Amino acid sequence: MNKTIWNTKLLSGLALALLLSACKSTPMVEKPAAVVEKSPATQAVAKPADASADTSAVKEISVDGNANNAGNNPLKDPSNILSKRNIYFDFDSDAVKAEFRPMLEAHAKYLVANGTAKVVLQGNTDERGTREYNLSLGQRRSVAVKKALNLLGVQDQQIETVSFGEEKATEACADEACAKTNRRVDIVYGND
Amino acid sequence: MLIKDILSLMNMPILKKIISAALISLSFYFASNANAALEIEISGGSAQQVPVAIVPFAQVANANQENISAIISADLRRSGMFRVLETGGVVNRPSDITQIKYSEWAALQAQAMAVGVVEALPGNRLKVTFQLADVLKQTQLTGMQYNIAPNQLRATAHKIADVIYQKLTGETGIFASRIAYINKSSGRYALRIADADGENPVTMVSSKEPIISPAWSPDGSQIAYVSFEKKKPIIFVQSLSGQRTMLANFKGNNSAPAWAPDASKLAIVLTYGANSQVYTINADGSGLKQVTKSSAIDTEPTWSTDGKWIYFSSDRGGKPQIYKVSSVGGEPQRVTFEGAYNVSPRFSPDGKSLAMIRNDGGKFRVALQDLASGQVQILSEGSQDESPSFAPNGRVLLYATRAGGHGSLAAVSADGRVKQKLNESGGDIREPAWGPLQH
Repeated sequence: MNKTIWNTKLLSGLALALLLSACKSTPMVEKPAAVVEKSPATQAVAKPADASADTSAVKEISVDGNANNAGNNPLKDPSNILSKRNIYFDFDSDAVKAEFRPMLEAHAKYLVANGTAKVVLQGNTDERGTREYNLSLGQRRSVAVKKALNLLGVQDQQIETVSFGEEKATEACADEACAKTNRRVDIVYGND
Repeated sequence: MLIKDILSLMNMPILKKIISAALISLSFYFASNANAALEIEISGGSAQQVPVAIVPFAQVANANQENISAIISADLRRSGMFRVLETGGVVNRPSDITQIKYSEWAALQAQAMAVGVVEALPGNRLKVTFQLADVLKQTQLTGMQYNIAPNQLRATAHKIADVIYQKLTGETGIFASRIAYINKSSGRYALRIADADGENPVTMVSSKEPIISPAWSPDGSQIAYVSFEKKKPIIFVQSLSGQRTMLANFKGNNSAPAWAPDASKLAIVLTYGANSQVYTINADGSGLKQVTKSSAIDTEPTWSTDGKWIYFSSDRGGKPQIYKVSSVGGEPQRVTFEGAYNVSPRFSPDGKSLAMIRNDGGKFRVALQDLASGQVQILSEGSQDESPSFAPNGRVLLYATRAGGHGSLAAVSADGRVKQKLNESGGDIREPAWGPLQH
């Protein structure tokens, strides 16, 4: 893999993305985090974000990759397994199926190699059940994917688990084939 | 009180011994207001409805006014507790109690009747006078006078309907209250508030990302809600005057806000990097405190009427059931045992029963559990009913329903007999929340 070419571009993008996502989720009270050694680079970008809770100025920043770089970015290369971002689930289940293991291993490898890279795991459900409860079920799925990534060596601070519940479900699914596509976790990188 | 007289006359307690007779079915639409958004359709009703006449109010003031007696009539009819008599054929239309020829109204079988007049006052004000009479005893039950701005006429009509309802049933009226709901149309989400009759809808906030879980503050001045505008659920609090603050934006999800009865704090649900858990947070965003500590899902908190308990749904026992925990934390206790899926608990205002959504053989329906006896009654008939919300007097539950891929609101009386559907043309509506009484 030719890392040197895209790493510098990616890193500046990731630094912004990290700042952005750190701002987005700056809590008023944070749970005591597990003690994890941080690389200097992580601390350098994380600090200003911690100091500021104002997100209004930040949201205009675009960290979209230049389309011309897609060929150099494994995350954007359609032939690379890292371009696969959806993990599907059975009804009423948060078990990560074996068929998604190669894909999760690839993402884990990328995240371990790129310590400043961050992902948001977005859980989704079909529309059966109540909205708030489904929000929690979607979260359960994103937590299941997070645990799988943790076991593959990815650090907690690189992952945010969130849920859209049934809010992004295709409305009025007529059959199981449709409903199945709603029961998923999407992996979204900070600079996507 | 009139109700006692009627009850003794008929020897049949109207409120307590309602017979399930052939359902009186009626439907009507609000055509009086060009801004009308919610269409309301009613079915069912108490078998023993109080016959009441609302005589068209004399309008001494300028034309182009709201038809005050039509608004009062619609409110009373919608409650299912009254049979509002047709007054079109009556020649003598009294506007003051001294003008009433009681024999004419007794012949119509009216047991109570309202008369009134709207007069112009200097300075573009209106004076609305109203009296309620007992037709059988030929006496005045109550009378009110309101000095209002012309744009308060509709609200005044609701207040008069509340007075009539209170006088004739002994219970608090809800016609002057408001509801909040989410409208989704053309890919946009809007949090709206409207009068309890669906009129005067106002958009508080709109977004291209979902908005869910609106919750009224106890005084009705603010609404907390969950917005996905930043690609994750975040809790905002917005005053009806438009001031908006972010209440909770922690790592992970921030959802399911519920105000404590004393408004000092809210129960919320946070996840950080794990499953949903219940927390409390002061209304100013300080003092975050974790209330439930489990590895399971704990969500949809709601406060008991006395503020001592937080009820919530959890799958800690395998399937989702309702539990309660002291609002200052402690060991949760299971509340529901019947059925494999009970979520979305909501306390009745009198604290005696708990509404919830039950998965009843694959159909998600509104159920009501009597807390003393544990007895449960299924109240709704849909297959995807959710978000039950009590009217402030506890007599009616508003909820969201879906049919044919279209979301609408529905309401059912707490005894299950009167049902209403509320539709907004050109939109999908969901997530209703009935606001408190306006004082």
